Amino acid sequence: MTDTREQFRPEDHSNDHFLLTTVVGSYPKPEWHDTARELFEDPDSDFDIEDWEESKDDAARLITDEHERAGIDVVTDGEMRRNEMVEYFAHRIDGYEFNGRVKVWGHNYFDKPSVVDEVEYDEQWLVEEFEFTDEVADAPVKVPITGPYTLASWSFNEVYDDEEQLTYALADLVNQEIESLVEAGARYIQIDEPALATTPDDHAIVGEALERIVDDVPEDVRLGLHVCYGDYSRIYPEILEFPVEEFDLELANGDFEQVEVFKEHEFTKDFAMGVVDVHDAEVESVAEIKENIKRGLEVVPPERLTVSPDCGVKLLPREVAYQKMANMVEAAREVEAELDAGEIEIGAVGSAD
Amino acid sequence: MAEIVSTTPGLYPLPDWTKDELSRLKGHQKGDLISGDESGEIVSVYEEARAEVIGAQQSAGLDRIIEGQLRWDDMLAHPLAVHDSVDTRGIVRYYDNNNFYREPVVTGELTADGDVAAELTAADEQVDAGLQAVLPGPYSLSELATDEYYGDDAAFLDAIADFLAGEAEQFPDVETLLLLEPSLVTNSPGDGEDERASAAIDTVASALDTDVIVQTYWGALEEKVHAHLLDADVDAVGYDFVTDHEANLYNINEYGTKDSIALGVVDGQNTLVETPGEIRERIEWVDDQTATDFETIYATANTELFYLPVNKFEEKLEALAAVADAEEVTA
Repeated sequence: MTDTREQFRPEDHSNDHFLLTTVVGSYPKPEWHDTARELFEDPDSDFDIEDWEESKDDAARLITDEHERAGIDVVTDGEMRRNEMVEYFAHRIDGYEFNGRVKVWGHNYFDKPSVVDEVEYDEQWLVEEFEFTDEVADAPVKVPITGPYTLASWSFNEVYDDEEQLTYALADLVNQEIESLVEAGARYIQIDEPALATTPDDHAIVGEALERIVDDVPEDVRLGLHVCYGDYSRIYPEILEFPVEEFDLELANGDFEQVEVFKEHEFTKDFAMGVVDVHDAEVESVAEIKENIKRGLEVVPPERLTVSPDCGVKLLPREVAYQKMANMVEAAREVEAELDAGEIEIGAVGSAD
Repeated sequence: MAEIVSTTPGLYPLPDWTKDELSRLKGHQKGDLISGDESGEIVSVYEEARAEVIGAQQSAGLDRIIEGQLRWDDMLAHPLAVHDSVDTRGIVRYYDNNNFYREPVVTGELTADGDVAAELTAADEQVDAGLQAVLPGPYSLSELATDEYYGDDAAFLDAIADFLAGEAEQFPDVETLLLLEPSLVTNSPGDGEDERASAAIDTVASALDTDVIVQTYWGALEEKVHAHLLDADVDAVGYDFVTDHEANLYNINEYGTKDSIALGVVDGQNTLVETPGEIRERIEWVDDQTATDFETIYATANTELFYLPVNKFEEKLEALAAVADAEEVTA
């Protein structure tokens, strides 16, 4: 397999070892950006589309910069232009309609869209977001994109024979979008499939969808898959067959108990491990995160370990999100230095090569 | 063909205005969900919403009217979630759905507290005819909960059945009692447990002198579970003809069923709205394929309806209500 990781090593990287640090995607929105949305949606306000576009640009610039200040190697714009991970895409795909909110739990709702016609590619999804972020960032940019299985599972399907057929139809659209992103210069794309964690028996459908997605994607483009909050023993080691270079998995939330799952069978892909909990507002110390990172070295050697938070950090207070990222980067750099100095014993299967 | 009675399984979506109003009054966290001792302001929002969904059923022309279970934040686990002898703990997944409820942990003796009866009594004032009560079936409720008091599964199931029977005894006069038993399908009871599940249903059913329907969904019952269920003294079993029509038809033809039947022929989890003609066609298909001469056929949705946005939910109520009047489809 082509090494897609080395291109993201910063020129001024101070250690020989390189633990790629990145984020899953979302970040808390600045309060003024939420206010701007409210004004834009208020029919009595004179806050117009241009004002709203300006707010999105400002927020994206600010949060991209905040990632860089925290020292993250591959950044995002914190998904400042997106409202929700299914709705955002459904609004841009022909064949979807919205009928209103449905309950998730308690008084938490989701505007679950319906597929009422064959899905077709309409306007661009993420190319403009990528181009803007790439221009304002000095660091390389990662593009998170909701995967077709999650887009299908979290919609009402009025048209296709079953969820599987809808998944494949959406996979073709995701493939089209990724081709446009690659053309625009994107080199690191993360496909988010949280729905896989809730219905693990469907891993073969996700695998087939990914085959469609990667069709014609150049070899130097790094593709990752993010899955979170599930029982990984039900999808591992089967997922190793998926045509992606990296798996980004939440592990801090479960206190790394599931690390054992990945040690039972050699982890043959890159391992992006969640080392900070996104559902706990207490900031982990650098020392604690270093220990978490070392748990990842039980699974893969350093050259295949990526360090990231468990999931999108958007539900945390902004200052907590920032501090967690900054501590995460500091911890990664310290572990690299200790690896350089031979102070850490590497225990992963296959680490001798 | 038998008389068709249009009804619904309940657990309706909240009207949109109450989604905002109640999240403002109650909050978004698990500690903010319904407790059974909510403030007057919250009570009055629910009263208004209940009146609205009863009105929607009446104007659609449904034969059975339910109160809507709008307060059931924890879905079928609600009657326990508000009980004094129950602690609610973490948020857990509700069957195989992207929905969650608070895990109810029973820590003391379960005695009827009248929570469901009070909702029904309030609805009764607005309903002249056709009032239908809805309760979780005892087996499903026991599967959704955790026991830290009764000690073993059999004793816990009996306690839940007695609790539900006690609740039902406080009901005003109702035309039908509907027991929702999805766990009989999704967590099929094993040997011995299947018999006890049927006996538990009997306990609840015998609390009221009225027609009782036990509705199963998300697939079909295992054969033995189905056979035991038919031993319970209920008037009709409900089958999910949306998710698995073949296996349900097989069960009915292989083991027979009660004199009346409930047919889940409208999809409670998809926004595609069935026409009255399509619903009628599905009912006639079952009638044609089975040997029983049914007394009553209850036409209903296969699952609870809170999965739907309000507009599609209302359209489905209207389609169901219109089915009895729909022209007979000629084969």
